[in-house]
Amino acid sequence: MSWLSPALKPIGLIWFDHFLTSSLGKKVIMSLTGLFLILFLMVHLMGNLQLLNADGGESFNKYTYFMTHNPLIKTVSYLLYLFILLHAIQGWRLWAQNHHARGGQGYAVQVVRAVGTNGRVAARMGWLGTIIFVFLVLHMWQFWFQMKTGNVTMVLIGEVEHKDLYTPVVAAFSNLFYVIVYVFSMWIIAVHLWHGFQSAFQTLGLNHKKYTPLIRFLGKLYSVLVPLGFALIPLLVYGQVQGWWSVNLSLTH
Amino acid sequence: MKLTLKIWRQGGEYKKGQFVNYQLDQVSEHMSFLEMLYVLNEQLISQGKEPVAFEHDCREGICGACSMVINGHAHGPLQGTTACQLHMRFFRDGQTVTIEPFRAKSFPVIKDLVVDRSAFDRIIQAGGYVSVGTGQAQDANAIPVEKDQSSMAFDAAACIGCGACVAACPNASAMLFVSAKVSHLTLLPQGKVEAKKRVLSMVRQMDLEGFGNCSNVTACEAECPKGISVENIARMNREYLASVFSSEED
Repeated sequence: MSWLSPALKPIGLIWFDHFLTSSLGKKVIMSLTGLFLILFLMVHLMGNLQLLNADGGESFNKYTYFMTHNPLIKTVSYLLYLFILLHAIQGWRLWAQNHHARGGQGYAVQVVRAVGTNGRVAARMGWLGTIIFVFLVLHMWQFWFQMKTGNVTMVLIGEVEHKDLYTPVVAAFSNLFYVIVYVFSMWIIAVHLWHGFQSAFQTLGLNHKKYTPLIRFLGKLYSVLVPLGFALIPLLVYGQVQGWWSVNLSLTH
Repeated sequence: MKLTLKIWRQGGEYKKGQFVNYQLDQVSEHMSFLEMLYVLNEQLISQGKEPVAFEHDCREGICGACSMVINGHAHGPLQGTTACQLHMRFFRDGQTVTIEPFRAKSFPVIKDLVVDRSAFDRIIQAGGYVSVGTGQAQDANAIPVEKDQSSMAFDAAACIGCGACVAACPNASAMLFVSAKVSHLTLLPQGKVEAKKRVLSMVRQMDLEGFGNCSNVTACEAECPKGISVENIARMNREYLASVFSSEED
């Protein structure tokens, strides 16, 4: 039974409520929201790579304009916020329940021996997820909230006024503290995905001799490449500002 | 060989437990782990002390009674072995061996190393059976079974229901046990009759018993004395999803 039961019962969906609150249903929610967030990361990265275009931020600002004005993207973005919260809250609840299931007395000798190489990661998904959530709060406050509250200057691209999100991003990545925070968080996301990617498929029952090795391989590739792509951007910007290298980023208008 | 044993002693379910250290001087490397515990108990009895309570039955690694965590591993550090089949030659002279009961809220300690695993019995009662027609025994091989299917069912049926998966899982989840039972029956034609109901009721009972949720750590498979694969968990997830959306059950 959940808080949804009173709504689901009159329309004959009480079975669905039983499913959502079962141990397997709870994991299916984690799996599906997780897969959605995995897909989103790729889209987000492709947008971020616009920062590396040597055009004084024009393509990045055009991209953020598109993301905030396209009705389809806007709808998906609200779904995204919902799924992030659902994934986090459900994750914390599972974490608490699992801790409770162990009972009051833990083991004096604690060892995790696992079949896969990711047993240690799997056992720490709650901690990793919590760090990622704290990062997301900072990240949303730093860019999303500032943009939404109009705390950015406007630039004219063509005939249209665009919010200049490029300047605050470059400013943040010129700050060593933020560079460290972002690179560290990407490392945590990589570790989280290392387990999460293939685990999502296992939870949905998609384990098959023919496909599981491929899913595992893709999961590892994805969990390394995508966070690496994200982490490279603050590093490149910081190095450019410090004058360590010139990677053809034009950081001024 | 000489051993220092650090054993969890607890008078009863609602009593407070603690670790007690024992010194054992004459341990033969040919002894099984349980025989070594007998030597300790003889020593304790001769000193007028309460012997250590532990469970055992077949000593062939097929009954699943001997439940204990040895140096952090369910059934001890040797993989694919129950505690009764573990021999003292796998330990070093002078080693400290920590022996604890299985830890899970659904497996309350009854005394010392003995835990109450009747939660597993109730899960089996909920759906771990098949309907058979009584009367004349039918011809052997009257029901054709595909070889690969029967092998997979047999691998799952190797589960002895000892609870090592629950003990090893950081979440105290019983998914490996339940999925082995679901797989074993559902892979065979005889088990198809109640297949949909079975997975739903066994999972419901598992949740009622208060076991944790699976997070695919796979510690269960690594610690399972019978090497039951987590592929069974994926099969149960599939069976469950299909049954939830297609059966008439609430």
